[in-house]
Amino acid sequence: MEAFLHQVFSGLATGGIYASLALALVMIYQSTNHINFAQGEMAMFSTYLAWSMIDAGLAYWWAFLLTVAISFITGVVIERIIIRPVERAPVLSVVTVFVALLVIFNSVAGWIFTYTIKTFPSPFPEQPLFGNRYISSHELGAIGITLGVLVVLYLFFRFTPLGLAMRAAAQNATSSRLSGIRVGWMLALGWGLAAAVGAVAGMLIAPIVYLDPNMMSGVLLYAFAAALVGGIDSPFGAVLGGFLVGVLENLIGAYVVGTELKLTVALVLIIGVLVFKPTGLFGRVFVSRV
Amino acid sequence: MFNRQIAKSPNRQIAGLAVLLALAIALPFLVSNYRVFQLNMVLVYAIVLLGLNILTGFNGQISLGHGAFYAIGAYVAAILMDHFGWPYWTTLPAAGVVCFAFGFLFGLPALRLRGHYLALATFALAVAMPQLLKYKHVEQWTGGVQGIVIVKPDAPFGLKITPDQWLYLFTLAILVVMFVVGWNLLRGRTGRAIVAIRDHPMAAEAMGVNIALYKTLTFGVSALYTGVAGALGAIVVQFVAPDSFTAGLSINFLVGIVIGGVGSISGAFYGALFIQFVPNFADQISKAAPWAIYGVFLLAFVYLMPGGVAGFVRLAWLRIRGVRTRANARSALSEMTEPRRTP
Repeated sequence: MEAFLHQVFSGLATGGIYASLALALVMIYQSTNHINFAQGEMAMFSTYLAWSMIDAGLAYWWAFLLTVAISFITGVVIERIIIRPVERAPVLSVVTVFVALLVIFNSVAGWIFTYTIKTFPSPFPEQPLFGNRYISSHELGAIGITLGVLVVLYLFFRFTPLGLAMRAAAQNATSSRLSGIRVGWMLALGWGLAAAVGAVAGMLIAPIVYLDPNMMSGVLLYAFAAALVGGIDSPFGAVLGGFLVGVLENLIGAYVVGTELKLTVALVLIIGVLVFKPTGLFGRVFVSRV
Repeated sequence: MFNRQIAKSPNRQIAGLAVLLALAIALPFLVSNYRVFQLNMVLVYAIVLLGLNILTGFNGQISLGHGAFYAIGAYVAAILMDHFGWPYWTTLPAAGVVCFAFGFLFGLPALRLRGHYLALATFALAVAMPQLLKYKHVEQWTGGVQGIVIVKPDAPFGLKITPDQWLYLFTLAILVVMFVVGWNLLRGRTGRAIVAIRDHPMAAEAMGVNIALYKTLTFGVSALYTGVAGALGAIVVQFVAPDSFTAGLSINFLVGIVIGGVGSISGAFYGALFIQFVPNFADQISKAAPWAIYGVFLLAFVYLMPGGVAGFVRLAWLRIRGVRTRANARSALSEMTEPRRTP
């Protein structure tokens, strides 16, 4: 029982990581209907920015806030300059642009910051909270921040006029434009928000997996899986999907097949979920009119 | 109207292809052995890209997992040659049949998925593949992390050419067969059904196309092409190991068809040239950040040639042939490359 609880909690901790990146993916999907393959690398780059600021002597939380702000602006700029020209292009062209962004960010990060692995500080105390034996306070804090971001996003999309406008622009661009919403800017804002959420995710992940240009390659896949299992258009589903994938991955690895095949089995499970529920657990089912 | 204009001169088209083929046959005797190897890989990739294009370009099912089928083909060839002593050329049909079966089976659950979800499911396959190949219970066959080393075949019939040159010619012959078959498959009744499913599944179904059957068969055929190419690739490289078949390979294939031209047969060659040579080229430009240069190339191609290189070539050709107005050329182009969007 003790060992089982341990597995569950460490699954929840890694699940929190997947959840935070999945949330960023869902953000971009909600505002643009694309899945951004470069999301992980953008988050990695933001984390490097934070690292350089902290390295230069800035206090952690100032660096955190500045990084989020810079990432937001970078996201907007990327949308305006790089994504805009392929706005009407077929899906595959857009995917290729994302792949290009991915390799560019990865390569430039390796070039500027080198490929040596760096440690990234955690804002949380080293002692586990409340004397529990299962989960470190950084992991608990990371889960807390992820849930916090989720609540803020929910409130933003549900209750502010800007959030409503962004949702409308994603759902029906033509009608939104006719009712006076600047659709192009809404898309750019969506990218900015996603980049900011990604930056938060990166800074929460880095103390656990350490900072290097390839830190996101493993995480991103699970984040995709989490987002799709939860339903790509539901932020709540993405977070829950993240925890689900994390826990399942751990339990299956520990009790069923051993660690060497746990990735495979996790992915098989995900495909299994999708086959029975093709739009994810919390996704909306779209019915097309003939 | 334009289609008729293009189709008016089949003789000239065949003559042009014959000249290209003659050039392709002469090429290995003009360049160094290393270049012959590289060109050989281009031919191998071209077969993969044709297979992927049949599925993704013509049938509209996005696959990010073709590296897995490529790996299966490569391993079938390596295991048959290494453990059972099969001659290298007999492994190709075996690889094709095995991959067809895998592709067909994978196509069944894929029927329920579309768009991003299908992309993820196939991507999962690609990611899982290296792990599966390393799995300890199949290690006696796959050789685990070490992989399998294959002996490069010599030229038969006492021909006085190097093994590299012979393999190139062998691959070229297979490629010609595969492309002729693929072209025939796509231009006839079957091809129309495949494209109709992409453009408007519901209308296709109303016309009596069995969507489930066609989609799974297309998946199988696409995997077959990729598997044969994988077997050829293994023979050419003389080595298979789990870590040469990462998810990056699958992404590369998808990039290849986009650069070459989605839904175009000739695009396979342009895409294959791109994925073989542009990374090297980028490496020469900047040692520090070669992949950044590669990424910039990708962006440039997508922006400047939205229809892929094949689309660009077609457009240029139409201009030369005297289709003056831009709009006309555009519409002729989009007829060839883009899925038609019907409301």
